Amino acid sequence: MLDPERKNPAVPIEGNQAAALEELHTPPMRLQFGPSHPATHGTVKITLDLEGEQVVWSDVEVGYLHRGFEKECETGYYYQNIPYTDRLNYSSPILNNTGYCMAVEKLFGIATPERCNYIRVIGCELSRMADHMLCIGASAMELAAFTPMLYLIEGRELILDMIDSLCGARVTTNFVRIGGISADMPHNFPEFARPRLDRALKLFEDADKLLTENPVFRQRMEGTGYLSREDLIAWGVTGPLLRAGGEPYDVRKVHPYLVYGELDFDVPVGEHSDNFDRYLVRLEEFRQSRRIILQCLERMPDGPVDADDPRVRWPGKGRVFNRMEELIDQFKLVTEGGMPPAGEVYHAVEAANGELGFYIVSDGTGKPWKCRCRAPSFSNMSPLSKMITGGQLADVVPTFGMINMIGGECDR
Amino acid sequence: MSAEKPEEKAPAAPELSPLLEKVLARLGDRVLERHTARGDDRIHVARERILEVARILRDDPELNFDLLLDVTAIDYFGQPDDFETKLQVWDQNRAVMRRLPQRRHELVLPPRGPEPRFAVVYHLTSTRLAHRLRIKCRVPEDDPKIASVTPVWPAANWLERETWDLYGIVFEGHPDLRRIYLYEEFVGHPLRKDYAKHGEQPIQEYVGPGAKEPRRPH
Repeated sequence: MLDPERKNPAVPIEGNQAAALEELHTPPMRLQFGPSHPATHGTVKITLDLEGEQVVWSDVEVGYLHRGFEKECETGYYYQNIPYTDRLNYSSPILNNTGYCMAVEKLFGIATPERCNYIRVIGCELSRMADHMLCIGASAMELAAFTPMLYLIEGRELILDMIDSLCGARVTTNFVRIGGISADMPHNFPEFARPRLDRALKLFEDADKLLTENPVFRQRMEGTGYLSREDLIAWGVTGPLLRAGGEPYDVRKVHPYLVYGELDFDVPVGEHSDNFDRYLVRLEEFRQSRRIILQCLERMPDGPVDADDPRVRWPGKGRVFNRMEELIDQFKLVTEGGMPPAGEVYHAVEAANGELGFYIVSDGTGKPWKCRCRAPSFSNMSPLSKMITGGQLADVVPTFGMINMIGGECDR
Repeated sequence: MSAEKPEEKAPAAPELSPLLEKVLARLGDRVLERHTARGDDRIHVARERILEVARILRDDPELNFDLLLDVTAIDYFGQPDDFETKLQVWDQNRAVMRRLPQRRHELVLPPRGPEPRFAVVYHLTSTRLAHRLRIKCRVPEDDPKIASVTPVWPAANWLERETWDLYGIVFEGHPDLRRIYLYEEFVGHPLRKDYAKHGEQPIQEYVGPGAKEPRRPH
C-alpha cells in the first residue's frame, strides 16, 4: 500500500551530509508520527522517512474521527441535522450552524430578517475569535511556549461566556435555526459584551507580545512550511493559509452573505507564505473580528429574529396550545419536516480555516437526499505532505499547527 | 390545457447567465445541458470529456477556474434524474388522492431515471474573477469509472480518494487511489444508497504486507 520507492528524488541531499550517508550506508529511518501524538492537536497519522533530521518522504493519513456525518444527515429531517453540524468544527460551532442553515434557506428561498443577520454575524465572529485563540495557543504550546496558552485560554473563556449568554451553551451551541435563530439575544448583551471584548483583546495582545518577538518562536516559524501561491491555489487551500500566501480570497468579501457587505473590515494578506505569516494573518483577523462585532452592536436594528415562513418556523407555543390550525401545523412540521422544492444548492461561508460549503440535494421530501460538507480542514490538509517533505523533522509541528486541522471537520 | 402549457413554460425557459454564456461559447457542444437555479450555474458534461473540459476551464483567461473546491458524487438510486419530474408527479398524485381516494391504484409512480445511476459533481471557483460553476458527469453503475482531474487540479487528489472510498467510483489515472477514511479491508462503499445506515461490519482482518500468520490451533 505504501510506496516501495520511498525516496523523493526531488529532494537532493547535498554536501557533507551526502558524503556521510555514502560512507555510512544509512537507510532512511521510518518514523510514525501519531495518530495520537503530544505535539499535534488533532488525530492524524504522519508516516515520515528521515535521512538524519531531514524528511525525504511522507504520507498523511486522516480518518480517525470518521463517523458518517453525511450518511447520518440523509436520515434526519433538515431541522434535525443542525446539532450534527456543531460537531464538525467543534472550536467554532456557530460558523457551521450558519453555513448549514443558510444552505437550507437558499434551497427554500427564504430571506432572514435584518436583526437575525446581525446576531448571526456576531455569533460567527465570536466563534472565529475563539478558534484563532485556540489555534495560536495550541500551536505555541506545541513549540514549548506554554504561557501564551494560559492567556489565550482565559481570553477564550470570556468569548465562550458571550456565546453562552447568546444561546445557553459554550461549545455545542445549536444556535442557528432554519429561517432564524433559537432566541433573540439578551437585552443587555451589548453592555455584557463590550468589557469582555476589551479584556479578551488585552489578553490577546499580551500573548502577541510574548510570541511575536520571541526569537525561538520566530526561528521555528519563519520560512517553514512554505508553499507558493500558485501551489496553494492548485491544491485547493483556502482561509488564512491562502491569504498568508498573498491571495486575498475571503468569501466574506468575494461573495458577501448576511450583512458582511455593509460592514467595514479589512482582509489581512501575507507575503512569504510561511508559518509565521499564517500566524500573523490570524492575529490580524482576530482584531478585525472584534471590529466587526463592535460595528454590529452599534448598528443592530430592532425587529423580529425569525423569518415569517410557516414551512420552516414553528408557531409559538401560545398559539399551538390555543388554536387548531397551529397545532396541526406544528405536528406536521415535527413529524414530516419542512419540505423544500426539489433541486440542489451550494452555499459557502468563510469559516475560521477557510471556505466551508454545504452542497444539499433535495428530492422534495423532508429529508435531504444528500448533504455534503466541503470542509476546509480536509482540503488544507491535502498538501501537508508537500509542505513538510524536504524540511526538518522539527518543522512538521508548526506546519501542522498552523494548518489547524480539526478532526471532526476533516474526517466528518 | 395543452395550449396553455407551452406558454407557461416559455418564460421559465432558461436564460443564460453571463457566466454560462462565456462557458458555452468556449465549450460548445461539449456541454450536454446547462441550468441556472437559485443563483448556481451548472453544466452537464459527458464523462469521457471531463479532462478536456477541465483543462479549458482552467486555462482560458476569461474563465480562469483555478480553484477546485469540491469533488463528490450523488447516488440517484432508482430515482428520476435530478429530481426534476418528481414533484410534478407527487402533486398530481396528491390531487388524485384528495378528489378520488378510491382510485389510488391509478397513481403514477415517478419515472425511473433514464440517466445512469451516479453523478460525479465538481465545484469550481476563480480566485481572480470570483465566479462559481458546478459540473456534473453521469457515471453508470456497471462501469463506475471516470478520468481523474488530478493532472489539472492537484486538489482533486484527496477529494477523489474520498469519493472512491465512500461511493466506489474509480478515477482512472489517479496517482494514488486508495481509501482515505476507511481501511483497505472494509467491504462496500457506505454512502451508496443500498448500503444500510446500520450496516455495521466487524473490523476486517489486515491482509496487507507484514500481516501476521494466522495462529495455529493447538
